[in-house]
Amino acid sequence: MSELVFLGLGLFDERDVSLRGLEEIRDADAVFVERYTSLMAGLSVGKLEKLIGKKVSVVSRHHLEEENGQIILQKAGQGKTVLLVPGDPLIATTHVDLRIRAEKAGITTRIIHAASIISAAIGLSGLQNYKFGRSVTVPFPEKGFVSETPYQVIKENKEIGLHTLCFLDIKVEEDKYMTVKDGLQTLLTVEKRKRNKVITSNTLVVGIARVGSRNPVIKASHSKEVMKYDFGKPPHIIIFPGKLHFMEAEALITFAGAPKELRNMVT
Amino acid sequence: MCPRFKQTNDILKLMSKKEDIRDIGIIAHIDHGKTTMTDSLLVEAGLLSPKIAGEARALDYLEEEQKRGITIKTANISLLHEIENKPYLVNLIDTPGHVDFTGKVTRALRAIDGVVVVVDAVEEVMVQTETVTRQALAERVKPVLFINKVDRLIRELKLSSDEVQNKLLRIVRDFNNLIELYGEQDYREKWRVDPTNGTVAFGSALHRWGFTVNIAQKKGIKFSDVVDAYHKEQWQELQKTIPLHTAILDMVVKKLPNPIEAQRYRVPKVWKGEMDSEIGEAMIKCDDNGPTVMCFTSAQLDPHAGLVATGRTFSGSIQEGDQVYLVGAKKGYRVQQVSMYMGAFREVVDCIVAGNIAALLGLDLARAGETLIDVPHKDVMIPFELIKYVSEPVVTIAIEPKHPKNLPRLVDVMHRLAIEDPNLVTTINKETGEYLLSGMGELHLEIACKFLRDYSGGLEILTSKPIVVYRESISGVGVSAMAKSPNKHNRFWIQVEPLEEPVIKMIEKGEIAEAMGRKRIRAILRKEANWSADDARNVWALEEHRNILLDLTKGIQYLREARTMVISGFRWASENGPLCEEPMRGVKVKLMDVKLHEDPVHRGPAQIMPAIRRALLGSFLTAEPVLLEPIYKIGISVPAQWVGEVSSMIIRKRGRILSSEQKGPVTMITGYIPVAETFGLAADMRSATSGHAFWQSTFDHWEKVPQNVASDMIKEIRERRGLAPEIPSPKRFIDEA
Repeated sequence: MSELVFLGLGLFDERDVSLRGLEEIRDADAVFVERYTSLMAGLSVGKLEKLIGKKVSVVSRHHLEEENGQIILQKAGQGKTVLLVPGDPLIATTHVDLRIRAEKAGITTRIIHAASIISAAIGLSGLQNYKFGRSVTVPFPEKGFVSETPYQVIKENKEIGLHTLCFLDIKVEEDKYMTVKDGLQTLLTVEKRKRNKVITSNTLVVGIARVGSRNPVIKASHSKEVMKYDFGKPPHIIIFPGKLHFMEAEALITFAGAPKELRNMVT
Repeated sequence: MCPRFKQTNDILKLMSKKEDIRDIGIIAHIDHGKTTMTDSLLVEAGLLSPKIAGEARALDYLEEEQKRGITIKTANISLLHEIENKPYLVNLIDTPGHVDFTGKVTRALRAIDGVVVVVDAVEEVMVQTETVTRQALAERVKPVLFINKVDRLIRELKLSSDEVQNKLLRIVRDFNNLIELYGEQDYREKWRVDPTNGTVAFGSALHRWGFTVNIAQKKGIKFSDVVDAYHKEQWQELQKTIPLHTAILDMVVKKLPNPIEAQRYRVPKVWKGEMDSEIGEAMIKCDDNGPTVMCFTSAQLDPHAGLVATGRTFSGSIQEGDQVYLVGAKKGYRVQQVSMYMGAFREVVDCIVAGNIAALLGLDLARAGETLIDVPHKDVMIPFELIKYVSEPVVTIAIEPKHPKNLPRLVDVMHRLAIEDPNLVTTINKETGEYLLSGMGELHLEIACKFLRDYSGGLEILTSKPIVVYRESISGVGVSAMAKSPNKHNRFWIQVEPLEEPVIKMIEKGEIAEAMGRKRIRAILRKEANWSADDARNVWALEEHRNILLDLTKGIQYLREARTMVISGFRWASENGPLCEEPMRGVKVKLMDVKLHEDPVHRGPAQIMPAIRRALLGSFLTAEPVLLEPIYKIGISVPAQWVGEVSSMIIRKRGRILSSEQKGPVTMITGYIPVAETFGLAADMRSATSGHAFWQSTFDHWEKVPQNVASDMIKEIRERRGLAPEIPSPKRFIDEA
């Protein structure tokens, strides 16, 4: 039997995997895990192996991209193979290419879902899923080059009253994780160039850290206040609210310490 | 008052009396004694007249050299010489004594008015004697002759007095043949050297004696006395009776022109501007009150002072605080310090006037060949030479210090060398960590290594065998090749075709350059190269090896953000072609279509650069790729009886003969020869002609390597680089949808 299962690990540590997922892993002939698409702060390969009672091979970006996941497809061709992916396995990653490759090679594929940062961050903020526009990532500036896409996406969403979920870049290989403050600073440099008043020091911003852990942090305020706020360890994420429903405003005041004036901004 | 200061004062006074100044150089075939003679002049004459300080000063200099543990010889030396109690200032500018393709010799010759040509009495007139003399004559620099190592004729060859004289006269005759052959019509006769008129000196630089016929007559010395002195082992006496520096410097002062005389006929030769312009007139007159014009002959990095730019002032004067402008660098500066050379040291002075050699501090972009002008004339100055867009070194060696701990010192010296010689390129091979030095030829690199050793105070360095630099190009149009980014979420289509020769030339000459901006590039390509409006408008990048990137896509969202990454990918691929990782040349790269991922993090440089590279390499491999090799133009002068041997040797080495012309007793052969075939050419040429051929070669162009040779060459290069022997197939780089 040749089979490749894309299995979501959830948000924080090995205990976020579903019971169904655990059964699938225990039943697999080979288990791989990739850890470069997002940070699961509480996860260690050792704990994972102990939990499932099996050896887990870590695959790098190089294995999956330059080598087209050959190492995984080869195993999957011989038996039931599981690729463990942080979050929900085909959201905010580029693994769909591997899945297509597998199917083309006659390997059956399945997905075992898990919690995704997308639903978790939205839920934690109290904002309504129906009101989110396109999401976007703020990349680390490379050689002085700053992408303007995130700024543009936030602007477009705002123009039609929608919220923006804004992922922050990570470079696991270099142990670099963008913080809320870094992300806002990067966006402010674009603002300086563009001057569309999309992100000013008074813009309402929601910063969130360590979603899925026992001590997540959420703070909503003007961007100048949020920049000063200590969110602690990564991973971090930002939401730029658009127009607020009265329930959303109430939630931000109650759960995220937003200023009470927010009630006046409700439309 | 200390004598040194007094001496400076004396020389400053002299600098304004132009009739008493001589700006000269010494040129010679390698090992004919140029260095020994220069040293001997420095030690004997020093910068102090013998009357004041004897040899004390020279000792200081040597001690200083030992103390610092480095060779402090600078490119320039100023000497004071007295004839019948009248002082003269002799400025000695270093002229590279080797065949060189780099303009360095021409540049040094531009700053001097006369040369002492040193010829070894045993070896007689040799290849480089001819080359450098020809170059001097071409720059209208007047030669005098010093026949060196006469002692060897007596001690080693055991020639009799008559035999010595006959040999010396033969050298004079051969030398005059060179003047006859290469001199300009108006100067051939005037500049003939002749022992009886004081334009030839004989002697031994090693033993520090020398004389002209005049001196010999005055002192009542005959040739037989010299021969006797050696037979009796009393040659030390000669140092006292007929000291070398007197013979040489007398000859220089009496027979070589001063700046006023010289600039009158030399400025029209070395400068291309209008002679009746304000600047032209001032230079012809060597006018202190004219616009300040200087041409630099060298730029050196001094560990304490920073960049020291040395050159000749052709008109006006220069002092500390002056606002000046460098024509090539297009940059204005304030002169931080003005100094002159005293012996081998720099001495700070207030002001230096036309016709002299000055060293300036504070002009960090000044390089040899650069033209300096005062700010008011910056827009009308015609520079002495145009600074080229980029030089194309064709031979490379790897360098490492014998002891790894000396690496920082080597790197430091390599950096200095690259500033002083703009035709040297130093790079680090990122994979092997090797330091690579690239230059214009085998000899150029040999000389560079000699400098490296000298500059670093005798650092022991190991060098690899010289390697020819190749280029990869295409002779057909490639397919529109698609490649995906590593995450497979971005796709790029690229098609390559040969870049038109005229456009390659335009890049080469700097007629189009990225710095001009897209608008001007568009206008030039439209007008001069007949490019379509669409192509000309969309030039994204020009690459130093003469490749061009065009964006022919329409309305791709986010492509603007990907632009710098696409360009980086293009440059990366151009640097290492798919045949054997040599740079590409003459490739027109067209970006045909692009599909990008929505999110910026999934289309960063790590995704885009490799995709661009692969698409480019893929299309390249389908475009009938060819290997290009550098070709020298070679000029050989050889007596008629060896023409056959030389011609067949050139042809055997895959070269071809362009012309062959009888000039007096010799035949001038010109032709092309692949650089790869010239390693060891000196030895082959010597054995083919018993040492009677004079030749020199300069890089001329790139040429397609014949198919039968190319595949072996590629295999060899691939092996050297540790690559698989076979050229990869296009499939390795082109993805399927």
